[in-house]
Amino acid sequence: MNPALQGLITILVGVGGCIGYFYFSNQILDKVIFPAKGENIGRNINRANQVRPWLFLFPAIFALGLYLGYPVFETLRLSLTDRAQDGAFVGLSNYQQMMSEPKFWEAIRNNMLWLIVVPAASTAFGLLTAQLTDRLFWGNIAKSLIFMPMAISFVGASVIFKLIYDARPAESAQIGVLNAVWMGFDGGSASVFVLQLLPTVILLGFIALVAYAAYSITRPLFSGRGGVAVFATILRGIAVIGAVWLIWRALNSLPAIWTTEIKYGEPQQWLTLPFWNNFFLMVVLIWIQTGFAMVILSAALRGIPEETVEAAVIDGANPFQIFFKIKVPQIMGTILVVWTTITITVLKVFDIVFAMTNGQWETQVLANYMYDKLFRAGDWGVGSASAMVIMLLVTPILVWNIHNARKEMRS
Amino acid sequence: MTGSSGTKAALTWAVNVSVILLVLLWLFPTVGLFVSSFRTADQITASGWWASLTSSQQIVQLRAGGRDAATEKDGIFIVEGNLLTDGADAPGPVEITAFGVSSRAVDAYKIGDTAEFGKGKTFTLKADGTYRYTSADRPRRRGQRVFVTAVLPPEFTSENYGTILFSGSGQDNMAKAFFNTLTVTIPATIIPILIAAFAAYALAWMEFPGRALLIAAVVGLLVVPLQLALIPLLQLHNNIGVGKGYLGVWLAHTGFGLPLAIYLLRNYMVGLPRDIIENARVDGATDFQIFTKIILPLSFPALASFAIFQFLWTWNDLLVAKVFLIDSTGQTTVMTNQIVELLGTRGGNWEILATAAFISIAVPLAVFFILQRYLVRGLLAGSVKGG
Repeated sequence: MNPALQGLITILVGVGGCIGYFYFSNQILDKVIFPAKGENIGRNINRANQVRPWLFLFPAIFALGLYLGYPVFETLRLSLTDRAQDGAFVGLSNYQQMMSEPKFWEAIRNNMLWLIVVPAASTAFGLLTAQLTDRLFWGNIAKSLIFMPMAISFVGASVIFKLIYDARPAESAQIGVLNAVWMGFDGGSASVFVLQLLPTVILLGFIALVAYAAYSITRPLFSGRGGVAVFATILRGIAVIGAVWLIWRALNSLPAIWTTEIKYGEPQQWLTLPFWNNFFLMVVLIWIQTGFAMVILSAALRGIPEETVEAAVIDGANPFQIFFKIKVPQIMGTILVVWTTITITVLKVFDIVFAMTNGQWETQVLANYMYDKLFRAGDWGVGSASAMVIMLLVTPILVWNIHNARKEMRS
Repeated sequence: MTGSSGTKAALTWAVNVSVILLVLLWLFPTVGLFVSSFRTADQITASGWWASLTSSQQIVQLRAGGRDAATEKDGIFIVEGNLLTDGADAPGPVEITAFGVSSRAVDAYKIGDTAEFGKGKTFTLKADGTYRYTSADRPRRRGQRVFVTAVLPPEFTSENYGTILFSGSGQDNMAKAFFNTLTVTIPATIIPILIAAFAAYALAWMEFPGRALLIAAVVGLLVVPLQLALIPLLQLHNNIGVGKGYLGVWLAHTGFGLPLAIYLLRNYMVGLPRDIIENARVDGATDFQIFTKIILPLSFPALASFAIFQFLWTWNDLLVAKVFLIDSTGQTTVMTNQIVELLGTRGGNWEILATAAFISIAVPLAVFFILQRYLVRGLLAGSVKGG
């Protein structure tokens, strides 16, 4: 059968089936099972109304359970069995095997990098553009253009950025923008400024920012106020350990900026430079996600009560103080939501790595590692184990989201 | 006062400039792909796409008329004509700045000058392209070679689109993949909306035990990575006879899209005015009637925004299609998958890659720009409320 025709029939069957199901199940409920007449009319109506929500919910619950609920448990089960031994239970040996693979640890390391860089950069850029476009008369046009990559597929974006990273032999014209710019550096003072001084300043700024964040996180712990929640304290502790580690890594890489020999005049295969190529891949996702962060943060900025800003202006605050001390604290909740939403996207990122490097040159990430195991190596045990790792990483956000939703519903 | 208004003006100016820079930075990659898709393979390898937007100075090799065009006068052979308009390869009337008669000195002479070379040969070239070539010897059959430095206007072609959409070759032709993508997308967008709308109504406006728990479950399922579902569902589809194919991919997209659909629609429906619904109840309307006659029409904006999300997501998806749809015959390939394959086999052929990629992103871009309003509204309903 022609797929288009099959599609049309499916739409008709699907839509018709849905409407038919809802209509007839309601009819049967009201006319046959609990008819609204006779001696039990009151009781029947009440009973029908008790059952009806489940009629409305049944298809959704069924689909959700089958397509999202059941797989979680089935994947857990698969991760504890071995397909080669006819699905025999093998305990944690899949996890052991996974842990012994260097590719897995590479994926974990890269995923951590992605988790730090992409949400931070996207949120920061989004906040910046949201604030800058806030009062512009052409702000909406600017926003819609920055938002546009949101509609582009990861695969399409990969092609777009592969063109940017393209490298040609040194003697011919460079058609990738990055190499065209790179060939412009010649080792003069401008090169030193852009390639060494600027990164140093950025890195120092990053260290200062992380240190400040760590300081603000720890401050409540030592303020001596009683009744600090245990869960929050643990979270803060983890965040501080992460921050210290980040600062340590950043300090370590400072000298490298000045000691590494820079290959001027040689076009670079950007996607094959170990470690740095991760960042070239992250740029793609940052480019896509910034628009999302911007749209949401822009709405949050609009929602800030005008009086707070006016009061700050009267008190003589400058624009930077207004932004960082008045506006940002008021939209902190939204910033957190944006951050976690992008974090989820990052954990699931597959297409970009798959299309651009396929995990070569030390760019592996968990989602692609999993795909490799499941569909190339055919190893369902280890593949499911790595899927469970992704699930584990998502779980804190899942719990936090549910917590928030319940809090909101109670209020 | 003047000082403060001065800094304010400077600040406004700085904001405008930085926003322009940011917008250009964000547009630059896409524009590069778009422009490249209108260039020939030779043009793409010869220069970066940014060079193609402005007129460029190029050295063009042309030939004067040969023996047949020569006339003899007082023992001297003369060839006259127009370099820029005669012959099939002529570039047409363009601006020329210099010329040369040897490949070692391609811009040796200014326009209007007379070059003297060889054994009593002269060549004069004027700005409009007319030339006069004289030689003491009988000219050869092929005419004198002349190098002209010309300022050529930007040149674009839509040939690549012809290749990608209409050519017969299987690997480059995207037409089939385009229709396959469309076939995946439309049912996968429509079916979850209905299922989700009924569920969202129940969660928003019907009282029953366990409602809060269900809402929490939906919020939780929002973030469950679909990676977990791949193998169990593929097994399931194989066991119940769905296998790999359109039906499987429609079902999978429906399942994966439901949490967001229910969440968005419920958030929207909860905000609808209570009075309308209660008045309808008092007037004796059933829940089914309230839903179809009141809630559904009022929820149009939320339905639209979810439809856009689901459309973009299914159109742009690679993973679900690879797992649930594309079998070993490759007959049901979708555009994203074909582009990834092209990246492997046609890695350097940017005219093919750029055009293929642009065809696949053109539809979502159009949807995006036309329906942006609903998309933004949906995003806000989906995210800000969670905070």
